[in-house]
Amino acid sequence: MRPAIAMQLIEGSSWAAQWQHLFYFLVGLSIFFSILIFGLIVYFGIKYRRRSKDEIPPPTKDNLILEITWTVIPAGLCVVIFVWASTLFFQNASPPLASTEIFVVGKQWMWKVQHLEGVREINELHVPLGVPIKLTMTSEDVIHDFAVPAFRIKKDVVPGNYTTQWFRATKTGRFHLFCDQYCGTNHSAMTGWVTVMNPADYAGWLTSGVESLARASAAGSGGPPGHPPLSGSGEPMADVGAKLYVRYGCNTCHSTGKGPTLVGLYGSQVKVSSGELLIADYAYIRDSILTPTAKSVEGYEPIMPTFQGQLGEEEVLQLTAYIKSLAKTDGKETKGATK
Amino acid sequence: MNSTITDVTALPRVHYLNVDYGWKSWLFTTDHKRIAWLYLFAITFFFCIGGVAATLMRLNLIQPQGSLMEPDTYNKLFTVHGLIMIFFFLAPSIPAVLGNFLIPLMIGAQDLAFPRLNLLSWYLFMLGGGVFLYSVIAGGVDTGWTFYTPLSTTYANSNVMSAAMGVFISGYSSILTGLNFIVTIHKMRAPGLTWSRLPLFCWSLYGASIIFVLAMPVIAITMILLMLERFLHMGIFDPALGGDPILFQHLFWFFGHPEVYVLVLPAMGVVSELVAAFSRKRVFGYGFVALSSVGIAVLSFFVWGHHMFVSGESIYAGLVFSAFSFAVAIPSAIKVFNWTATLYKASISFEAPMLYALGFIGLFTMGGLTGLFLAALAIDVHVHDTYFIVAHFHYIMVGGAVMGYLGGIHYWWPKMTGRMYPEGWAKLSAVLVFVGFNLTFGPQFILGYLGMPRRYSVYPPEFQALNVLSSAGASILAFGYVFPLIYLTWSVRYGRIAGNNPWGAKGLEWTTPSPPPTENFEVTPVVTEEAYAYVADVMRG
Repeated sequence: MRPAIAMQLIEGSSWAAQWQHLFYFLVGLSIFFSILIFGLIVYFGIKYRRRSKDEIPPPTKDNLILEITWTVIPAGLCVVIFVWASTLFFQNASPPLASTEIFVVGKQWMWKVQHLEGVREINELHVPLGVPIKLTMTSEDVIHDFAVPAFRIKKDVVPGNYTTQWFRATKTGRFHLFCDQYCGTNHSAMTGWVTVMNPADYAGWLTSGVESLARASAAGSGGPPGHPPLSGSGEPMADVGAKLYVRYGCNTCHSTGKGPTLVGLYGSQVKVSSGELLIADYAYIRDSILTPTAKSVEGYEPIMPTFQGQLGEEEVLQLTAYIKSLAKTDGKETKGATK
Repeated sequence: MNSTITDVTALPRVHYLNVDYGWKSWLFTTDHKRIAWLYLFAITFFFCIGGVAATLMRLNLIQPQGSLMEPDTYNKLFTVHGLIMIFFFLAPSIPAVLGNFLIPLMIGAQDLAFPRLNLLSWYLFMLGGGVFLYSVIAGGVDTGWTFYTPLSTTYANSNVMSAAMGVFISGYSSILTGLNFIVTIHKMRAPGLTWSRLPLFCWSLYGASIIFVLAMPVIAITMILLMLERFLHMGIFDPALGGDPILFQHLFWFFGHPEVYVLVLPAMGVVSELVAAFSRKRVFGYGFVALSSVGIAVLSFFVWGHHMFVSGESIYAGLVFSAFSFAVAIPSAIKVFNWTATLYKASISFEAPMLYALGFIGLFTMGGLTGLFLAALAIDVHVHDTYFIVAHFHYIMVGGAVMGYLGGIHYWWPKMTGRMYPEGWAKLSAVLVFVGFNLTFGPQFILGYLGMPRRYSVYPPEFQALNVLSSAGASILAFGYVFPLIYLTWSVRYGRIAGNNPWGAKGLEWTTPSPPPTENFEVTPVVTEEAYAYVADVMRG
């Protein structure tokens, strides 16, 4: 499937192409200065080799102009690299608003991926070509790192927090997925594949994936041939979240007015009991489920119990997807919670 | 050279080595020169252990499926390799062996400012080393030398406590050594030896000592916090206990990045001495080279966040750390250019120490240039935590620090032992080290660029060719390290008598007999000239 010796790396994403230009510039610069230094050493070494045992060369005077020159030139080059690299980094720091969201949970030693549509994968990630993909990632145990060399992307996956990264794939194919942060015994087995498909194929894959999941959950295991084993109900994440919302009794307060309403919560500004104004993003919702009293909404008693240990990271993400979906249906009612 | 001392007068002379042969005279010595030897034996022992671990790793990596050992074994090997090489070999290598031996000799003093503290440093080092070795014998530790949390505090089942304790104790040894050097360089310089006449070796060790004193307490605190969480489950780093795993990285790298400069700064000092001696020239831009050591020492404390560009750290923090990381490249570049310029119109001879020094300049240049890749925010995203990093820091640590150490050992060997090493073997070894080193770590730049992650005991088969090349290079490198061990030992007894100043070099250490008497100088020298004052008519012995 793959050549036995890889000597070049596929430019598989829009960012990879930009990255590559800067990389080649740096390689060129490094080769130039290496040759300069090696060349001078060899040239001086031959030209000024000691010719007699007692030879003492005439002293060379220090040269301030020369010192300034070789301070200023490298400094100037450093500024160029710094500005170029930082600009590139900042331009690509946030995903486009229209990104497709996919959720990643790392645990020793596997990658669990959830698509909003309901497909769940292990050590596999299927994405459509040309569409910006935003990964929201967390870990159930230690720090991992989700790296796809063909896309030149990498981000640590940190327990207790969400990290994000994004890419837009520009080539179809199967690309390595590595855990790049040492995570214990089977770190080097925490690998997988990213499959980039044409959008039409991807849509078909999503549907067949959902269907096969429904079959699989009936049969107990398995997946479509040629694909990795899939798991889960095949229902969209928000629907699973809605069930959890009832199963864990969230509705007894949050749908009755006893607790702040969750309708339109996602993305809104929340005033917490400390007086601080926070944006209700994924991290805020996660914290509010797992450590509810730390940032409870102003005007409400901090009586919500913690769900730490009861809900896994994947379930928290499903609940969050449900809460986010509440914003979509009737999105105006954002500050309805205050008294 | 008019300074040759014949065998007849040299051998019966009383010097620091033959003044007493009893074991107490070694284990309770306060002579800085003898303590240097105590360190030399200890770190050579640790180097061998770290080297064996590296060899086994390279053997395992010949096969992509890593058929030689279990993943746990591999993980323990790279952890032990890293911890031993950083804390128990490189950190004490040039400072505690060459620095101990040379600083008093170079500044015309009888000993360090606190001789008994110096001996205590060695005992703390041995205690720390012993505790760490216990962790290895008891089954090893598998957290990586970086001890990242919560892996180290909650999930690892290996001997984290004893390993952390070993690091904790040995840190105090470095703090005391640094303190000793700072006070010595400030207070004990011979009359006339002003700061602007100080050998560059002393300048760079002064910079390194500042780092020892300021950075080592931080790792000590960090290890304590780590042990508290692991042993008492205090929530400091593990989010499940209410802690913050990234806090550990901030603390660790606040120590960790200055630490890597503390390893290479002394080597820069050695190289300055070697380039001057074998060019018979004053180091070009002496003042710039001297101050750049201090510049590196200071700036090294503001770059730690570049280890965390992909950790989820704020991009604005990343921007600041990136800027400082580029800034620290400037004093390093200044050094390289000045060393190279020293060769201009010089009288260059190519004895083994000079081969090491020139090798250092080349390899450090490559290590430094590849450091720019890692300081650049965008580029680091892809190469972070890959073999590119492994290659980069080995170019600095092995191509830089170890080359400097070996060059220094060869250069001052005649002063330490009174005997010459065999030049032919030494040149051969220097060439083997250079070639073997590049073959080992050069391919790793490409592996990292291709995306191969570090700390993998198994890897995709397309990376095999470059890994085999790397392992082949390591076998050449091994010969380059084993040969000196043999011929240097041999030369202690059978080497040619060296004389006071076999290189015709400048510096107070070459004005005293080889080996020096216990009190170093019979009369306190008075310095009347600049450092490296190679002048045609005066060639004193």
